[in-house]
Amino acid sequence: MSISVQHISKSYKDVKALNNISFEVNEGELFGLIGPDGAGKTTLFRILTTLLIAEKGSATVAGFDVLDDYKSIRNHVGYMPGRFSLYQDLTVEENLNFFATIFGTTVEENYDLIKDIYVQIEPFKKRRAGKLSGGMKQKLALCCALIHKPKVLFLDEPTTGVDPVSRKEFWEMLKRLQQKGITILVSTPYMDEAALCDRIALIQGGEILQIDTPPEIVKHYPKKLYNVGADNMYKLIETLKGYEHQYSVYPFGEFVHYTDNRSDFNSKELKLYLETMNLSNISIEITKPTIEDTFMELARL
Amino acid sequence: MKQENVIEVEGLSKKFGDFKAVDAITFEVKRGEIFGFLGANGAGKTTAMKMLIGISTPTSGKASVADFDVYTHAEDIKKNIGYMSQKFALYDDLSVKENITFFGGIYGLSRAQIKDKTAQLIEELGLQEVANQLVGSLPLGWKQKISFSVALLHDPKIVFLDEPTGGVDPITRRQFWEMIYKTANNGTTIFVTTHYMDEAEYCDRVSIMVNGKIEALDTPERLKKQFSVTNMNDVFLKLARG
Repeated sequence: MSISVQHISKSYKDVKALNNISFEVNEGELFGLIGPDGAGKTTLFRILTTLLIAEKGSATVAGFDVLDDYKSIRNHVGYMPGRFSLYQDLTVEENLNFFATIFGTTVEENYDLIKDIYVQIEPFKKRRAGKLSGGMKQKLALCCALIHKPKVLFLDEPTTGVDPVSRKEFWEMLKRLQQKGITILVSTPYMDEAALCDRIALIQGGEILQIDTPPEIVKHYPKKLYNVGADNMYKLIETLKGYEHQYSVYPFGEFVHYTDNRSDFNSKELKLYLETMNLSNISIEITKPTIEDTFMELARL
Repeated sequence: MKQENVIEVEGLSKKFGDFKAVDAITFEVKRGEIFGFLGANGAGKTTAMKMLIGISTPTSGKASVADFDVYTHAEDIKKNIGYMSQKFALYDDLSVKENITFFGGIYGLSRAQIKDKTAQLIEELGLQEVANQLVGSLPLGWKQKISFSVALLHDPKIVFLDEPTGGVDPITRRQFWEMIYKTANNGTTIFVTTHYMDEAEYCDRVSIMVNGKIEALDTPERLKKQFSVTNMNDVFLKLARG
């Protein structure tokens, strides 16, 4: 077991940031914490990296207790916080050397671990970190978090505000790191990234809604889901919301994801209703639920 | 139907030294349209948007927003548009009501108008219980909804939304888009940037910027056909890195 979290709770004044959270991450696993801002993801990261003490519960990371062995944990984990936290006035090279020295190692010693990533920012090694683009800052932060060859890597929303192309590249980097035996706990508000993890925990309002592999998570979706399309999206949403048998209506790309609260749903009947409400070019087809559908269904309960 | 275009841009460029951040972009946005403005980080979106909202002077090219020229009438543009970004939304240390009053004043609304608008907003968004609470104590999703409504206080012709839904939970994200649809349906033009590619599908038309240029501009449906893919994410991946 690489990370073990047992009944962790933490409050800020009267806000419960984490409420009785438990889960385990296996060695070498890529585990995702999926949830929006305010879900409690950062609080959990701070507890596991020994920067914050939980009120209740216990946790171990790489076999060390977060309270009793906090110094050992700090030597064995890499942490990339959500906010850029390198020294803006040091160059790329200086930042990397600084973090290597702090951890009693050298850049050369673990260079093979960061090589793939570092070569992308090497042309700018004399540039101050504060002058880097967002994508390059992110790569440098990842190099600095890896330079002491950690057993466990914590990444708090590494892809927030990052465009889809750079996000895809970042996840490819994570997969390569995982193959080198590093356990990775990563958080993200992007539901499409969840599918790239071995297992995920859906988290909202300080509570875990569900933990499983991505394919198993979507199997928990309790209803038949339909893609409904028509010419006027706004009118379609309004009309579906006014339908007496609707259970959920969510815009989803070019379609609306619709579920009905009857077990014997008849798509012809819905089509007729939409036609009488003057919608045109109507399509209704059954579709597979995504992790996002599952998240929304769990969150509304 | 020239008067139906609320944004007209022709050969618009912005240079920083030798670097062409925005390189001769040309496009129009129609009244009531939801226009998605996409691109990778560093593609030039923010620079382009700054020129359109009148806070950055172009190096060359033409642009008019709400019938005002970006070179000569930048102040008039600011009065006739709404703007909301994820980074700057509302004042956390003011209550919901105080924020509305403050922004109403900034936009030059009269006391009576502010009073009416405040009551109307609080009613529409169902904020009765939190109207006197500090905005800082509210969930992010609520802040974003209030922030959007505040950007519409002065009935602007166009509202610019810069990554309005980043980090918001999926249900609130959709409620937010329903507000956008409703606003566009009332004739207000929406100019929106996002990194969520499913949101790109909600737009009437989408432009994709690559290295300062607009490399694609069409309806999501036609873009998907053009690139022979089934979703906007793949369109983006095919274009944004060549």
